[in-house]
Amino acid sequence: MSELEVGIIGQVVNQEYKYGFSTNIEMEMAPKGLSEDIVRFISAKKNEPKWMLEWRLKAYRYWLTLKEPTWQNFTYPKINYQDIYFYAAPKEKIKLDNLDQVDPELLKTFEKLGISLLEQKRLTGVAVDAVFDSVSIATTFKDQLKEKGVIFCSISEALQEYPELVKKYIGSVVPQTDNYFAALNSAVFSDGSFVYIPKGVRCPMELSTYFRINAENTGQFERTLIIADEGSYVSYLEGCTAPMRDENQLHAAVVELVAMEKAEIKYSTVQNWYPGDKEGKGGIYNFVTKRGSCEGAYSKISWTQVETGSAITWKYPSCILKGDHSIGEFFSVAVTNNHQVADTGTKMIHIGKNTKSRIVSKGISAGKSHNTYRGLVKINKKASGARNHTQCDSMLLGDRSGAHTFPYIEIGNKTAQVEHEASTSKIGEDQIFYCNQRGIGTEEAIGLIVNGFCREVLNQLPMEFAVEAQKLLAVSLEGSVG
Amino acid sequence: MLSIKNLQAEIDGKKILNGLDLEIKAGEVHAIMGPNGAGKSTLSAVLAGRADYIVTGGSVTYKGKNLLEMAPEDRAREGVFLAFQYPVEIPGVSTTNFLKTAVNEKRKYNGLEPMEATTFLKMMREKMEVVEMDKSLTSRSLNEGFSGGEKKRNEVFQMAMLEPTLAILDETDSGLDIDALRLVSDGVNKLRNEERSFIVITHYQRLLDYIVPDFVHVLYKGRIVKSGDASLAKELESKGYDWIKQEVEATI
Repeated sequence: MSELEVGIIGQVVNQEYKYGFSTNIEMEMAPKGLSEDIVRFISAKKNEPKWMLEWRLKAYRYWLTLKEPTWQNFTYPKINYQDIYFYAAPKEKIKLDNLDQVDPELLKTFEKLGISLLEQKRLTGVAVDAVFDSVSIATTFKDQLKEKGVIFCSISEALQEYPELVKKYIGSVVPQTDNYFAALNSAVFSDGSFVYIPKGVRCPMELSTYFRINAENTGQFERTLIIADEGSYVSYLEGCTAPMRDENQLHAAVVELVAMEKAEIKYSTVQNWYPGDKEGKGGIYNFVTKRGSCEGAYSKISWTQVETGSAITWKYPSCILKGDHSIGEFFSVAVTNNHQVADTGTKMIHIGKNTKSRIVSKGISAGKSHNTYRGLVKINKKASGARNHTQCDSMLLGDRSGAHTFPYIEIGNKTAQVEHEASTSKIGEDQIFYCNQRGIGTEEAIGLIVNGFCREVLNQLPMEFAVEAQKLLAVSLEGSVG
Repeated sequence: MLSIKNLQAEIDGKKILNGLDLEIKAGEVHAIMGPNGAGKSTLSAVLAGRADYIVTGGSVTYKGKNLLEMAPEDRAREGVFLAFQYPVEIPGVSTTNFLKTAVNEKRKYNGLEPMEATTFLKMMREKMEVVEMDKSLTSRSLNEGFSGGEKKRNEVFQMAMLEPTLAILDETDSGLDIDALRLVSDGVNKLRNEERSFIVITHYQRLLDYIVPDFVHVLYKGRIVKSGDASLAKELESKGYDWIKQEVEATI
C-alpha cells in the first residue's frame, strides 16, 4: 500500500463520536447483579401480570443452564453478569401521560440527539417512542394513531392495556429458549416498543423508536414486538446512541415481527451505539436477536440495517417464510472502523411454497476492524418453488482490516433456485485520485465512493433517514481514508 | 500560463523526468510525442499531482502560482484538467452525481454557492452535445461497463463541464476506433478557445490530424529533445523516433 493510502486511512478513522455526552439525572436502580430476585424486582416494578413473571422466570432458569456461545468469529472478555445493573430508570413520580411531566433534562437529552419529543416540533409523518436506559420516556402521536386503530406504545404499557395481545405473540417468534442472549433478554427485559396494526390498515406515519443508554454499568435489554394483521402495512425505524464510557456495556435486545396474510412490515435500523475509542477501549456490545415471521400467505418482511456503531455488533435479523408466496428481504450496510467488530447477516428460512428471499449485504472495514457476513439460506423439504438471491459485497479500506464471509446454504427441495454472488474490493488510490483530479477532496471522495457502494441498501431507507444514514457513513469513516 | 523549468521527477526511486522545460501560453495546443518510456505519462501525472510521483527538482508555475505546492484537488479547482488514459470506474455513483459534486466543489473553492439543479441539468444537456454523448450514460455508474470509446467521450464531456484553463489529454486516442477518435477530437476542437491551453500527449500522429497542434515536442529520456510545428509530427510518422534518438546520443 502506498504512503498516500496509509495517510488517507489514518485520517478518516479519527472522527470523534458526536453523541458521547451523558445526562445527569437522578436514577432508580435495581441492585447490581442478576438473580431470581432481580427478575421479580423488574416484573414488580412494571406491575406485570403473574403469567409474565412466570414467563420471565422460566427464561431465567433456562438461561442458568446455558453457556455463552463461542462459534462467532471474534472473542470478547467474559461478561460478569453480577457486575451489571439490570434496571435503571429516571426517577419519576407520576405516570407520564403528558410531556409536560417529563423531566426537562430528559427532553433536553433527546433534543440534543436531534429527537424532539414535542409533537409540534417533530418531523411530520414520524411517531417516536423514546427509551432511556430501561424505560420508555414518551411516545408521540399516540392519539392520532389510535384513530386508525394503530397501537404504538411501550411494551410495559402494552402489558397493562393489551395483555392478551402481548401474551399471544411474545416469544412466538423468538422463544425464551432460543439462545443465550434471547433467554437473558426474556428474563430481564425492561422496556421496548409495541406495535399492532389492525386488519387492512396502512399505518399513516413512520413509527420510530429511539434508544439511549445513559447510566454507567448498565445493560439495556429492550424487547420490541410488532404485529401486522391481515393486509396491513407498517414502516418502523429504530435509532440508538450511548455516552462514551471506558467500560463495555451490553445491549441484548430481542425484536419479534409477525406479519399475517398479505401484511407487510418494513423494519429499518440505523445503529450508532458508541463504538469505543481509537484504541478499542469501551463501546457497546450489541448482541441482538431479531426475527420476523411471515405467518400468512403473500406477507412480506423487509429488514434494512445501517450498522455503524458498537464495539461489537452480533446479530442476524431473519425471516421465517411460513406463508406461501411470502417474501423476506435483508438489506445491510455494516461499517467497522478502528477496533470495531461486526458479525452480522441474516437467516432466510423457506417453509411455504413459492417463497422468495433477497439478501444484499455491504460490509465496509477500515482501521484494524473485522467485518463478517454470516448468513443462512434454508429451503425446507416442502418449500417448492422457493427462490433466493444473495449478494454479498465487501469493501476494505487500508490493509489492516479484514472482511470475512460465511454463507450457509441448505436445500431440501429440488425445485429451489438459490443464487449467491460475492465480491471484495478496495477503495483504490486510483479512484481517490480520479476524484481529486476533478476537484473533489479526499474525504468527500471517500464519502462518494462508500455511498455509491451502499446505494442499493440506502435506497431502501425512508427518505428522512436515508440522508441521515449517508452522513453517518461519512462520519464513521472520517479519518479512515482521507 | 504554464512554465515548466528543469523538471525532474521519479517514481519508486527510478528517475523518469530529467530536466524538462516547457512554456505554454494561453490558447496554445502543445502535442507531446515520444517513444515508450520517454516520460509522457509521468509528465501528466506530475502536473495533476499524483502522490506516488516524487518531484526531485525544477519548478512548475501555473497562472503565476507554484503548481507543485498545490493539492491535486486544488489544482483541479484552479483549472487543471487531466483526461485519463484509463478512466476509473466508481460503482454506484452516477456521472451526474459525480459531476454535480465536482462542479460544486470548484464553485465552493471560488466562493460561489452550489449551482441550482435546473441550471446544472441544462448545462449537462448542452455539454453532452459536444461529444454527442448518450443521455443514458449520465445516469449509469461512472464509467462502469462503458466501452473504451464511451469512457474517453465521458472524459471530454467532463472537461466541457469543468471548463478548465489547462487541459491535459493523456493518450486519449489509445484504444479508439476511427469513429470514436473523430468524435472525441471534434469535442476537443469545440472546446478550443483563446484562454484554454492543451497538452496533448500521444503516441501516434493520427490524433494530430484531427487536433492540429500549434507546437509538437519530442520527449525522450525525460527531456524535450526536439520541438517544432505540426509538420514535425508528420516527419516522426514517416521516419520514426530512431533518428531523434541518434541525434540525442550524438550530442552527449
